[in-house]
Amino acid sequence: MLAAINWHSILFLVFAGLACAFAVAVVVADNIVRMAFYLVLALGSTAGLFFLAGAEFIGAMQLMIYVGGTLVLLVFGVMLTAQAPFISIKTSTNDRVLAGVVGAALLAVLLQAAFSVEAWRRPGVGQVANPSATPLGMALLGVRVDDPPAGTSPSLVRSGYLLPFEIVSVHLLVVLVGAAYLARAKRRRTPRGIETADVAASGGSR
Amino acid sequence: MADFLINTVGLPEWLAWGITAGVAAALILNVIAGGALVFIWAERKIAARIQDRLGPTRTGGRFGWLQSLADGIKLLAKEDLMPEGADGMLFQLAPYVSFCASFCAFIALPFAFDFVGQRLNVGVFFVVAVLGLEVFGVILAGYASASKWSLFGAMREAAQVVSYEVPLGMCVVVPVMLAGSMDLVTIAEKQAGWVTNWYLFHDPFTFVIFWVYVTCAVASVNRAPFDLAEAESELVAGFHTEYSGLRWSFFFMAEYGSMFLVSALAALLFMGGWNGPIPVAELLGLSEGTGDTANYFVRLIGCFNLMGKATLGVLVMMWVRWTLPRLRIDQVMTTCLKYCTPIAAAMFAGAMFWQLALPGGVMRGISRPAGEIREGWLEGPGGRAAPRGATVPAAVVPSKKLAQVQP
Repeated sequence: MLAAINWHSILFLVFAGLACAFAVAVVVADNIVRMAFYLVLALGSTAGLFFLAGAEFIGAMQLMIYVGGTLVLLVFGVMLTAQAPFISIKTSTNDRVLAGVVGAALLAVLLQAAFSVEAWRRPGVGQVANPSATPLGMALLGVRVDDPPAGTSPSLVRSGYLLPFEIVSVHLLVVLVGAAYLARAKRRRTPRGIETADVAASGGSR
Repeated sequence: MADFLINTVGLPEWLAWGITAGVAAALILNVIAGGALVFIWAERKIAARIQDRLGPTRTGGRFGWLQSLADGIKLLAKEDLMPEGADGMLFQLAPYVSFCASFCAFIALPFAFDFVGQRLNVGVFFVVAVLGLEVFGVILAGYASASKWSLFGAMREAAQVVSYEVPLGMCVVVPVMLAGSMDLVTIAEKQAGWVTNWYLFHDPFTFVIFWVYVTCAVASVNRAPFDLAEAESELVAGFHTEYSGLRWSFFFMAEYGSMFLVSALAALLFMGGWNGPIPVAELLGLSEGTGDTANYFVRLIGCFNLMGKATLGVLVMMWVRWTLPRLRIDQVMTTCLKYCTPIAAAMFAGAMFWQLALPGGVMRGISRPAGEIREGWLEGPGGRAAPRGATVPAAVVPSKKLAQVQP
């Protein structure tokens, strides 16, 4: 009897249930570190879903970017909000209503999108025999090695993802420069003593 | 093993896979826990020798062999204390978070060609990503303890580990680039043969970047001289000030597990993995293709090789710990951002151009080049081995597709 059970589906339900439960816990919790802890668990369960689907690269990516990113978020959260230990965050009723409306709207859009798919592809269909991250890396460098869908014009096949990759990297560079600029200690061009003396000498108008 | 249980023993599929997973998990757990026992004893003896004293001498005979076991029993029997103002749930969970992260990284770590919990196509990336999560347990512990020493320790650790991930990632990318794969098994197999095939001796840039990796690895597992999170002279015991008993020992198992892990990763990426300095198995005429027993024997030798190299790495870390003084936090950050990161970036670029100009490494001609020895066997029968030293494994690009993309 046990052999007939589809373990893949059960594991999927386990991971999906964990992700949803911890996501709810993030909303319910009132301490910022607990929120971050639940968020990490929810994102980790999502990574588990990716690994279950055989998408190892995106699963590891999820761990690296989202779970690792939450870590940094947590550190800043503690550093910026902790005036006292274990402070609990109270949400006002207005914020609750607003968040509820936005969340419900987003949920409606997602549900609509999820149910408008005619038939989900069954696992195993269209699966690559030996999944590898190499075609992905090649595609980012502008060489497509995968099979293009039939009927695609040759100009699209050739392109790969070099342009988006470059745009994203330049975008990230701009973000980094901006962050460095904002985080830099602000220095006045002249030392303060001279400046006030200046201001006093010119009668307060410059 | 699952196939053996299904076909020979005749177990149902779900039970066979369950048993296989259980055995693999138990083995990994034993590597961590048993390793911690041995390493803690070794650490005490090494520290004693460096400081010109004897260390444990009585428990279990002449050299104090059983000292760690006695410590373990003591820790089990200790009362599990929790500070009154602590956040109970997080305080109790934090050690397990640390330990789980350390354990999960071992899943993708190969010990020999087929001795791997789960062979992942992006093994290196997975290991580095999961290893970075260990700090999460430390931050939780520091925050939940409701003690300023703990919080200071945790914040230092967070800043340090997040910074050191940058140069560490750059160091890890170089062997990935040389091997053309993120699969740890493939990377190690490409270094098969004599010692000159190791990526450590591939070119001058990889030799330098290996030492950058060592620095970053020591920093990322929080060992002295980078152990600011514990810093007993200023922070009592840092993030684990408030812990006692078994929970405290979980932090230490995680730490020793991570030390072993980064050492094993260094061995896999730079020091040939399970390929010894002298290809004993190849000289004896054994190869993976010569039957089951020989096959198994070769892998057992490989497993010993890898464990030996990883243990050597851990011993070097201990030697460093008891030799160098602790850095200040600004010195730690300077080391990372002003030295490790630029050096790693320059060496990465250098290794890239070297690979373009002189593929095959500096030692070619001395021995059989890496990548030719087991390449054909790796690709499977009828598979075409990748051209030696090619940056991009051309074997994965079918020629038909190449014709398409290059009109």
